[in-house]
Amino acid sequence: MSEHLSALIVVLPLLAAPVCLLLRHTAMVRAWTSIVAWACMIMAWTLLERVQTGGAISYSMGGWDPPLGIEYRLDALNAYLLVIVTTIAAVVFPSGTILTGTALPEGKRHLYFAALLLCLAGLLGISSTGDLFNVFVFVEITSLSSYTLISLGKDRRALTAAFSYLVMGTIGGTFLLLGIGFLYQVTGTLNMQDLALRLPELLESRTVLAGFAFLMVGGCIKLAVFPLHQWLPNAYTQAPPAVSAFIAATATKVSYYLLARVIFTIFGAAFVFDALHLHWLMLPMALAAMFAGSFAAVFQTDLKRLLAYSSIAQIGYMVLGLSMASEAGLTGGIVHLFNHALMKGGLFLAVASVVMRTGSSSVNAISGLGRKMPITMAALVVGGLSLIGVPGTAGFVSKWYLVVGALEHGWYSVAVLILLSSLIAVVYVWRLVEIAFFGEATHDVCEVPWNSWLPTWILIGGTLVFGLWTDVTVGGASSAARALLGGTP
Amino acid sequence: MEALGVWNYWVVVLLMMIGLYTVIARDHLVKKLIGLGVFQVSVIMFYVSMGKVTGGTAPIIPDEVPAEGILYSNPLPHVLMLTAIVVGVATLAVGLALVVRIREAYGTAEEDELQRMNGAQS
Repeated sequence: MSEHLSALIVVLPLLAAPVCLLLRHTAMVRAWTSIVAWACMIMAWTLLERVQTGGAISYSMGGWDPPLGIEYRLDALNAYLLVIVTTIAAVVFPSGTILTGTALPEGKRHLYFAALLLCLAGLLGISSTGDLFNVFVFVEITSLSSYTLISLGKDRRALTAAFSYLVMGTIGGTFLLLGIGFLYQVTGTLNMQDLALRLPELLESRTVLAGFAFLMVGGCIKLAVFPLHQWLPNAYTQAPPAVSAFIAATATKVSYYLLARVIFTIFGAAFVFDALHLHWLMLPMALAAMFAGSFAAVFQTDLKRLLAYSSIAQIGYMVLGLSMASEAGLTGGIVHLFNHALMKGGLFLAVASVVMRTGSSSVNAISGLGRKMPITMAALVVGGLSLIGVPGTAGFVSKWYLVVGALEHGWYSVAVLILLSSLIAVVYVWRLVEIAFFGEATHDVCEVPWNSWLPTWILIGGTLVFGLWTDVTVGGASSAARALLGGTP
Repeated sequence: MEALGVWNYWVVVLLMMIGLYTVIARDHLVKKLIGLGVFQVSVIMFYVSMGKVTGGTAPIIPDEVPAEGILYSNPLPHVLMLTAIVVGVATLAVGLALVVRIREAYGTAEEDELQRMNGAQS
């Protein structure tokens, strides 16, 4: 049983989704979804522990050995990512705000939970598989379920947001497929480890270069790296807030993993950075994302859109870590995956609580709520501080490693720019604080029930805990970074 | 003339560009979906022609005649495309369902009108 864990963690939510259709009753489906998410989380932590003590786990799907069969391969990076995704799912799914802001009538709600589970299964699948075509299939499972989830927002604009995400996402997914096709054409294999063995002697081939380009562009569309981010703000704004919390905290992280896997495991840092000089493309994109995202966030009048633009800026920090291709830089990028998942998940859940009480996610809706909903507003403030990177919060830890990485490279101006862009975050976070605590109360509301604020505070509390106690997060991230750079994990 | 020898890839490139152009240039959402479909089909054609071996036959091992010396096409890309076709159909289904809902909510499926209505709302 326990040797099948790396397959079970994907198969369980995949099989649990149709069960939702049989249960039908909303309360039962809710409990079932939460149980599945919790089970996945326990499996993920077990796997992480096992990977850290015993090294990478390889699992042959159906008993067919790689490279012929499909391999599920967990190393320090995947296991870390599984933990992020399942922990967020385990906190968000049982939340009392999970149904807030959905346009679903009673009697159709079980379908929503089925889509959530499918999305989880897809994300876990991308993270754990070692087969490139399998990656494409899981990318599409994730994308299709997130299109439906986003379209369930209350406002009719959710439909157009979901549609434009569908168009962009399908183009991105098809680019991935095309890139995979080019690589298969040259090497005759789809297994990542096998590709890594066969590619080094073929790197001169134009087919390989074209394949690499398609994989990169496809991955960047899914990750919403700055010039390709257009779908993200609308999608996060119009989706039900709990869906935004789940997708913002997990989907971009998994796309980031995919890029890192393609660059470091399949092609190798030497080829990508020494021969192609990709960092001279990624670095400006990351810096542009950090500034453009933060600037745009300052001028938003909707809480969810504000957080979405801040997400674009945070993705910039992660890509910055990727472009450094050094242990400190990658550690910063990977630990920021975890930290950003905690804070963005927590912040979107706090917004979900606001929407639950006031029915609106506009910035003015929180006016004066500092006194009416102190627990939720405190979460919003702490999450915001973590976005800025105030010492003592998780955001500080990741920015610290990024700055260290920049200094190691001698990129002093980049280090300064990291700090400057954090200052812009001060502006938009302070604006929220001012409105929430010094504004005139316009809504006569009370605090949300405990099952709504507790999940928010588990994630926001996490940013405080992991801001001071960094053994697990930084330890896991640096062993993942070493595994990517080819050292012993 | 060498470049024309791989005409099947030219077909792929042509279809892909037609599809991508339709997605970008057409305003009606259903037409965009059609473009997306053509775009996906071009990749499917790419895989299918990749798996074809010149002079190769269908990869089925015969019972009677000696099975040695028969040249087979590569079945793997073809099998992969079964999955990709399913993905394409599912995407099209979700997309069309969204267009139906958009048409119900806005009364139109033209992108420029939708953008105007969204702009007026926010």
